[in-house]
Amino acid sequence: MGAAAERDPSTSSYYVGDAFYRELVEAFTDWDRDELAVADPARRDAARAFLEREARLLDRKRYEDWLALFAPECAYWVPGTPERGDPRREITVAFHDRRQLEDRVYRLRTGYAWSQSPESRTVRSVSNVELFATDDAGIVMARSNFHIAELLDGDLRHWAGWAGHRLQTAADGYSILAKQINLIDCDRNVRNPSLTL
Amino acid sequence: MTTQQKPILPERVFDFDALVHEDRVHRSLYTDPAIFDLEMTRIFGAVWVYLAHESQVPQPNDFVRARLGRRPLIVVRDSNGVLRALYNRCTHRGATVCRQDRGSAKAFQCPYHGWTYLNTGKLSGVPWPEGYSCDFSRPEFNLMQVPRVESYRGLIFATLNADAPGLIDYLGPVRRPLDEWLDRHPGGALEVREANRLKFNGNWKLLYDNSADGYHVVFSHRSLLMMENRFQEGDGKGMSYYKDSPDTGPVKLYSFPNAHHFKDKRDAIPKRPGALWAIEGLHPGMEHYEAALRRDFPDRADAFLDLASSEPVNINVFPNLHILGNHIQVSEPLSVTETATTWYGTAVVDPDGELGDALGPVNALRMRTQEQFPTFGEVDDLANFEQIQAGLAAEEDAWIYMHRGLGLPERYSAAGDGTTIGPATDEVFMRDYMRVYRRLMQTEPNIAPTRDVS
Ligand code: FES
Ligand SMILES: [Fe+2]
Repeated sequence: MGAAAERDPSTSSYYVGDAFYRELVEAFTDWDRDELAVADPARRDAARAFLEREARLLDRKRYEDWLALFAPECAYWVPGTPERGDPRREITVAFHDRRQLEDRVYRLRTGYAWSQSPESRTVRSVSNVELFATDDAGIVMARSNFHIAELLDGDLRHWAGWAGHRLQTAADGYSILAKQINLIDCDRNVRNPSLTL
Repeated sequence: MTTQQKPILPERVFDFDALVHEDRVHRSLYTDPAIFDLEMTRIFGAVWVYLAHESQVPQPNDFVRARLGRRPLIVVRDSNGVLRALYNRCTHRGATVCRQDRGSAKAFQCPYHGWTYLNTGKLSGVPWPEGYSCDFSRPEFNLMQVPRVESYRGLIFATLNADAPGLIDYLGPVRRPLDEWLDRHPGGALEVREANRLKFNGNWKLLYDNSADGYHVVFSHRSLLMMENRFQEGDGKGMSYYKDSPDTGPVKLYSFPNAHHFKDKRDAIPKRPGALWAIEGLHPGMEHYEAALRRDFPDRADAFLDLASSEPVNINVFPNLHILGNHIQVSEPLSVTETATTWYGTAVVDPDGELGDALGPVNALRMRTQEQFPTFGEVDDLANFEQIQAGLAAEEDAWIYMHRGLGLPERYSAAGDGTTIGPATDEVFMRDYMRVYRRLMQTEPNIAPTRDVS
């Protein structure tokens, strides 16, 4: 490990390497198995509340607060194929590390991102929240379906899919280690995909 | 089979001399569905159109779906290894025969009544043939196919026009930048690895108008430039070389015959290993893989990192192929006001093992460097194209201007092969391609699909 400042994931990307990608792909392979489902209603409810808050922060465009939900070393992954693939070997709809998530927010905040100027309005629904245990007692996986109604340049349109959240449990809630967003039309041509999912 | 069919409904007659001028074009080229319909035969039916990359159909029997204009096709490497572009339209009553996007098949059976075709297009069987009095061995019942399909170094093109020049002649001098782009890869080889898939509510020509436009960059991509340079003292990342005085800068535009053109940004970058990498934006894994490559390949790391970086070229082959950075970008007209644009990512394949263990890291970086522009750059252009389409609703304000540089001959030089060389910010490429467009729209091509499977 180098000096901490040199490794600040907001300004550099040392953590995204082969080991990170490999562990990420493994973490998102065959994880939503019935025998791993967490039955405890209180825990499921806490996860649901977390995901609902995330949706609200995005709808309210509180991007800085949304970024704070993520762990310092995190991934935001929108696969471009339904099989999801290995991002080292194939193009994704989006694959961001911490720095690029902050890039995304920075760009939206410039006021010159014409694809979001004027900004679109969104209403997000999160449903079918299920929680799954992992090998690591401190990490759970949440699976949820989402539906986003978006008003873009006067047109109302819809996004749909499911998300997998890899969540680190902390004393004060969760932090997102990785969020995988699976659009049902991930391998189709879509109009203006500038929305933050 | 060169019989030309007369349209059943009378066609509207357009005066393209009145619609396309030296300095401007009429809005109806972008808004009139009848002109769009005519383009599907007179442009997309007349010239060589890009369909797919050979890496999408590497083995015999591999296929991928594509479109020529709006015609649904199956691009297949048949069982004998011959590249074909079959109409994905059952001869019987017209159903889509193949409904998978890609795959491998020796034969295609139509799901509706079970007519079956070999991957050469030959009809191999129909259910209960005793109910027919015709001879199914006659070619008229084979799948229709595009008569001329050719690959230029992996890039598969096809034309329906029996009178079109050969592909090599059609490409002409745009082959030089295409060759240079391909030859930058070990073995001249690359592979398509999925895509960023976009579309916009606008006419397909808005994309071609933009393809060599160096005028829009600092405005349309302002947010991207700001983002890429947010940690920089001065500007230096990404397309910063367009700032200040792009008219006289090192970026050059080459306008070629047959409406192809090339914006060459390479002279804006110092000629040394690692210079391309140095202007890359900030991508996931950059520092990690750079450190690993420098540790493991101290002498070659810069060259490897350049291979992961975006090549500063825009090579445009009329009407639908755009080589940008490391992308093979393909545009598809869907309707007069809707266009798909698919940014196929490419990977280095290294057939001779020149890269050794660097291949994985180079491609891991290269996937990320390619995603950035469609995600944070192209989306803003597409928003601007949509707003042009919206603006063109104004009937009385009928003209679109393209006269930057017109009347200023000192800005241009000519190469003997019909190439004009000028500043990156001039609309000369648009004037040149619209001249070709006008000629094509005034000419009925010899559209000659075949059912001959030999
Ligand atoms: S439409 Fe294909 S078999 Fe009838
Ligand atoms: Fe652009």
